Amino acid sequence: MTQQPDRASPLAMLETMMLIRAYEETIVAMSEAGTGPGSCTSVGQEASAVGVVHALGAHDRILTNHRSAGHLLARGADPGRMLAEVLGRRDGYCKGKSGHLHISAKALGVILTSTIVGGELSLATGVALSQKMLAEDDGIVVCFFGDGAACEGVFHESLNLATVWELPILYVCENNQWQAFVHRRETMPVDEVRHWAAAHAIDSRSVDGNDVEAVHAAAREAVGRIRETGKPMFLETLTYRLRGHFEPDDQSYVDPAELAAWQARDPIALLQRRLLARDELTAAQLRTIERNVRARLDDATLFAEASPFPDISELITDIYA
Amino acid sequence: MRTITVNDAVGEALAEEMRRDPRVLIFGEGVATKRHDLLAEFGAARVRNTPLAEGIIAGTAVGAAATGLRPVVDLLFAPFLCFAMDEIVNSAGKLRYLSGGQFAFPMVVLALSGAGWGVGAQHNHNLEAWFAHAPGLKVVMPSNAADFKGLLKAAIRDDNPVLFFMDLALGFQPGEVPQHEHLVPIGRAATVRGGSDLTLISYAKTVHTCMEAAHRLAEIGVSAEVIDLRSLKPLDEGAILRSVGKTGRVVVVHEASRSCGIGAEVAALVAEHAFASLRAPVVRLTGPDAPAPASFPLEQAFVPQADAIVSAAMKLFADIGSATSVTHADFPLEPA
Ligand SMILES: Cc1ncc(C[n+]2csc(CCOP(=O)(O)OP(=O)(O)O)c2C)c(N)n1
Repeated sequence: MTQQPDRASPLAMLETMMLIRAYEETIVAMSEAGTGPGSCTSVGQEASAVGVVHALGAHDRILTNHRSAGHLLARGADPGRMLAEVLGRRDGYCKGKSGHLHISAKALGVILTSTIVGGELSLATGVALSQKMLAEDDGIVVCFFGDGAACEGVFHESLNLATVWELPILYVCENNQWQAFVHRRETMPVDEVRHWAAAHAIDSRSVDGNDVEAVHAAAREAVGRIRETGKPMFLETLTYRLRGHFEPDDQSYVDPAELAAWQARDPIALLQRRLLARDELTAAQLRTIERNVRARLDDATLFAEASPFPDISELITDIYA
Repeated sequence: MRTITVNDAVGEALAEEMRRDPRVLIFGEGVATKRHDLLAEFGAARVRNTPLAEGIIAGTAVGAAATGLRPVVDLLFAPFLCFAMDEIVNSAGKLRYLSGGQFAFPMVVLALSGAGWGVGAQHNHNLEAWFAHAPGLKVVMPSNAADFKGLLKAAIRDDNPVLFFMDLALGFQPGEVPQHEHLVPIGRAATVRGGSDLTLISYAKTVHTCMEAAHRLAEIGVSAEVIDLRSLKPLDEGAILRSVGKTGRVVVVHEASRSCGIGAEVAALVAEHAFASLRAPVVRLTGPDAPAPASFPLEQAFVPQADAIVSAAMKLFADIGSATSVTHADFPLEPA
């Protein structure tokens, strides 16, 4: 699998992260204006999505959870078709039947966005089994899920089966400290899920999930190892859900000090500061990226809003093959 | 025609389909241990034992089906399906629709159920109606060796998730099965006995009970038609309505409990589309709304028997003109 060299560059990753942020902000604005539905945003978790997905090859496959916009956009999904899906329009990736909570994009290798917490974990093993038994390439499967999903029984079932069947899966636990309206520390005796993963004899690591370069390096290494060995690996990205669980959410239940500490480590601002300091980014370049991203989102919004709703006859299509 | 058991028919169907299509594989708890013929012929990659974890067994099948394999999973006994409900109902049944038709889920789930072995309610629970209620799934429950073989082969070739329920009392029952390629289309009922006065509708082991009842009714001059539904979803509505149009009297018989069961669906179908043909109210004879007991006489009492079918049928003739007095079943709905 040859990786586009520029996809791995910090600038390319910055641009994708900024695209994701702008996309999520567009959805929040729509929901606040009453022109779009509520949603689970990935604001604050862009480094985790981009660091991992930019480390993948074209034949790798992705399963993810309800906070999937970052994974999809990093994979190259068209924000216009994604927004159309969110708005329930015909040109959405799933003809408007999925809404924002279940977007899949077969052509991009995104098999599933599961809104059953843990659903992605239960299907990932089968997708990896297909890769192992049918694929002529060395494609792997990446499964994104949260620390909340790790509390589901199927998390353990999935990791155990992947280990005993030697399935090529990179499990990426995005530990954003929240499980809807419950803090992770209320539900787990350890701070990091990797301890649970390690019990399944899976090579398990954690990484600063707000540092995209660190995530990318860890993911690249893990992906390479999985291609080599065919065995699963576990990578935990330690990050934070900067917005609420589901828009609108006033986050009144969030400890302000904790939120402020993580806001100060906003993954996008962090990368921008670092690249400016390293002279790998100029203020002018940054403005150009901002303008590009804004323009893409404006186009995407126009596209989505112009897309017609599905015909009512679609209510009963696509049920059976 | 040769005679083989239901279990052998299942084994033949699996082997033939695995031979025919290299994408077909089978896994489950003990599958590779018990089906050593398949293991020997097709190898460990396609015949697999799994950990004791029904959720991930079903989920793995769903993920594999979405991406090019055609898995058959053996979940052993129907109550164990409870651990796999999310994967079967939320994933296998819904994800084609939610993806706007991008993915298909060609997979088969095998599950045993029914009275006969005294295994009690945590192994014996006829759950087929649950799955008939869920969108995107197909449900079959055959009654004889030929249909077991033909329907299983059709299920494996189907591009949709199929729940294949196996009445465990039938496993060793012999039946005639064609030597040559034998497929039974999903969604088609079989009229296993022709008749003109009354229609007995059933599936799985109670089809045989209905046949016995029909035989006895014939001796007293009542001509009963017997329909074996075979497929519970899709239901062969045409076959049911045609028969009712002819006979005007219906008794639906199944071992699963009555409330919201397949019999309710059949009764509603008949009421909606064949009301004018009815000469008596539709009667359901079902298992009680109780967990299945282990004790032999209790377990037998759970299952509708031929005597009950005969007497329910006779009532339909006695009650012409005073339909409201017909009792619905041998287990009246009595509040506790
Ligand atoms: C099976 C199931 N249980 C509960 C929910 C409700 N729910 C949706 S998201 C969520 C929190 C999941 O937490 P986590 O896996 O950490 O992901 P995060 O939302 O933090 O990204 C909950 C409880 C659900 N969708 N599915």
